[in-house]
Amino acid sequence: MSDPRSLWHPVATSIDLPQHHIFHGQLLGREVAVWRADDDFVNVWENRCLHRGVRLSIGTNDGNELTCRYHGWRYANRSAGCTYIPAHPADAPARTICNRTFPAVERYGLVWSGEDPVGEPPLVPMLDDGTPFTLRSLPVNASAEIVLAQLRDHRFQPVGALDGDHAAMAVTELGDFALALTATGANYHSTAVFFVQPVDSDRSVIRAVLTDTPADSEQIAVLRHHATRLGQLVALAETAATDQPAPEPMVATIDQVSLALSVMPERETNRSAPLRVQVARKWETAHDIMAFELVSTGNPLPTFQPGAHIDVHLPNGLVRQYSITNGPGDTACYRIGVKLEAESTGGSQALHDTVNEGDVLAISEPRNNFPLRRDALRTVFIAGGIGVTPMLAMTQALQPMGLAFELHYFAQAEEHLAFDEIRSTLGDYVTVHLGLSPGETSAELTRVLQGYDHANQAYICGPGPMLEAARTIAAEAGWPDQAVHFEYFKNTTEIDDSSSFEIALARSAVTLQVPSGTTILEVLRDHGVAMPSSCEQGACGTCVVPVIEGDIDHQDVHLKQTERDAGDQIMTCVSRATSDRLVLDI
Amino acid sequence: MTPTVATTCADPVILDQWHPLLPLDEMTADNVGHTILLGEQLSYQLDTDGAPVVWLAADADATALPVLVEYLYVWVCLGSPPEALFAIPEFAEPDRRNIHAGTIGVHVSAPRAIENFLDMGHFPYVHTDVLGAEPHTEVAEYDVHIDPDTNDVWATECVFYQPRAATTSTEGQMSDYLYRVPHPYCVILYKTTPLAAERMDVIALFCRPIAEDRIEAHMFLCLLDPDNSETVIRKFQQTIFGQDKPILENQYPKLLPLDPRAETPIRADKVAIAYRRWLSDLGVTYGVIPAA
Repeated sequence: MSDPRSLWHPVATSIDLPQHHIFHGQLLGREVAVWRADDDFVNVWENRCLHRGVRLSIGTNDGNELTCRYHGWRYANRSAGCTYIPAHPADAPARTICNRTFPAVERYGLVWSGEDPVGEPPLVPMLDDGTPFTLRSLPVNASAEIVLAQLRDHRFQPVGALDGDHAAMAVTELGDFALALTATGANYHSTAVFFVQPVDSDRSVIRAVLTDTPADSEQIAVLRHHATRLGQLVALAETAATDQPAPEPMVATIDQVSLALSVMPERETNRSAPLRVQVARKWETAHDIMAFELVSTGNPLPTFQPGAHIDVHLPNGLVRQYSITNGPGDTACYRIGVKLEAESTGGSQALHDTVNEGDVLAISEPRNNFPLRRDALRTVFIAGGIGVTPMLAMTQALQPMGLAFELHYFAQAEEHLAFDEIRSTLGDYVTVHLGLSPGETSAELTRVLQGYDHANQAYICGPGPMLEAARTIAAEAGWPDQAVHFEYFKNTTEIDDSSSFEIALARSAVTLQVPSGTTILEVLRDHGVAMPSSCEQGACGTCVVPVIEGDIDHQDVHLKQTERDAGDQIMTCVSRATSDRLVLDI
Repeated sequence: MTPTVATTCADPVILDQWHPLLPLDEMTADNVGHTILLGEQLSYQLDTDGAPVVWLAADADATALPVLVEYLYVWVCLGSPPEALFAIPEFAEPDRRNIHAGTIGVHVSAPRAIENFLDMGHFPYVHTDVLGAEPHTEVAEYDVHIDPDTNDVWATECVFYQPRAATTSTEGQMSDYLYRVPHPYCVILYKTTPLAAERMDVIALFCRPIAEDRIEAHMFLCLLDPDNSETVIRKFQQTIFGQDKPILENQYPKLLPLDPRAETPIRADKVAIAYRRWLSDLGVTYGVIPAA
């Protein structure tokens, strides 16, 4: 007999998964939460939240994400990666917080899964050749072995002769946990395939499928007939089980969480591009804006949060950052929008002209330096042009939660508006402002940003001048610095790298010299310090390092004014010191 | 002398604790009552002087176990008891109302129940519109320390937005909390009251371990509220704990894992992490899965 853990077993019937339900199943001693997302993907997950072990089956399924009942942690469809931790709404959760998932395939009206199944779920030719009709499943307090032994003696009547009692039975063995029975009598015959799901050492579920669907008028009678006969079998199997000593329960080992997650999350290490994605679709979503749908070429794509971006490593060696536009749970691909820049130095041009459907690109894992709070009473999104892309992901996250938001989308003209298909789902939450002059834009921003109140948050992404204007207007309208979040496309500040100074690494007791013309980031990397980075021009915030002592010459556009004033963090790719020495907390 | 009998609890740290058996006013002189503590069948009765007597049901001699009456409850020890129970000085303040708000059986280990009591992050999700409400979900940074004199775990500077923090609340408030763990299976909460700026209500959970994965939790209150009837106050507490019960009974495993890699902590869990470490340091093995 094969190791049951290497086999596919049914864990649910398809009708156990109505819209937005979470089904609590069990296989080989392990509890699973089984749920169907709105894109029809069936998830089979270990039935416990990684945080405090609460069953996910008592949580909620909104069609895109599963939310734990205890602390509201949200987990994405498909990847089971955590996308939001409400206790820390300003933080992006570590991407690696990911529930254990098991493969799932729907076949013959059943959901198939397994601990570590080999190949595909069983193909049963007599079902493939027929019109399968799934019967009601019955749980049994007996081992699969006992149930299978009882099934070999099981009797039922063929459709057409349900009232008789003497059908001839023929058994066809179909592997370790399945068999087919054919009942023949009064010139009728019916075949039922029985799959026995080993729930635990002393419990099973009988899942039965008729090879042929009875006429509508007969279905109730057929279901009732089989329920009655199987009910008798259950009684016999349970009696047989009580005659035997109780078997030891099966033990399903729970994976340890990673060392990094058991303590504080580790810092990311460098500007790497570990993922390979294929361009599944490329289309012009607006004038001069090309959209790309990127799918994995290997392992499933990592979970991302709204506001996250990826680094795209282009065939010409350039690296560019693009925001992911997908809504929560939409994890089968990443969709990005690329605006063709008039003065492109080769990045957007390459994506528009030389990257085509079917091409493979190297990308970084998603990083989120523009995290979305989901505890605001009102959220105002201000997007200029292609700056709409992170906002699309954010609005799709807030909308199903019923949190109030408004998206103001500024663009030159109708044909410049991107991602119609997402915007159309947002309805009245989107206001489009077309063809405004800088003065008119400021007037509109003043109107939009009036009436700041407690627990309001604003997110701004767009061209530099518009972003500057919006920040100034927000400040004048009484928005506190902490409530105004922004992401620049690029840092247009002229970087002054003429200073030279010393950096001390507090945790490793090392002192290094930063000469003029060299960045802190480069010096750190030259001395073997693994440092994450992304845009390397002071816009994205990836290469931030905490500062313990010293005066900082901020040259980035990532930090808010209050964060600059606090003087306790530095963007190592562009910023420098005005003092002779900086003490860094690394 | 303490009787030495076989017991299903082999953890000396737990055996040597005082455990809350039941409220004193639920014992009578007329009838012998029966209950379970740490897997042991116990019998109890008031003697002719009104003092509680507790003995092992299987003990033919009915040798009296060490008992203590404190904070409305009868406490029993199956091992060598400490001299005194932890102090709750507010109990003796004349304007306080000391109330036994109820006892609820929960199919979970005592440490899981204690950890849940220490947790603010679940308020908006489990105690919706009472102790918390979306979208006010943030758990602000707070401090945790171990008192060097008493070895109690303390969480201080805890603040959480609460729509209806107590029976005396009429509107939402930012509640200030202090948490204190003075005993492996007992926890005390000190909470802002709308009635007095400088003083705090005391709300405690005293768990009686029936088995490793099964408890009865006694809810003890020491309040400044002069107005609400005991019925109203009890109903409030029982509603709150009734919301926790199904969550606790859906936690797996039921024993609290002390291995740091068993579950995923976040900063909001600082006091839970301290409690787990503290249990490890005490050497507790009953009701927990010790770190490997």
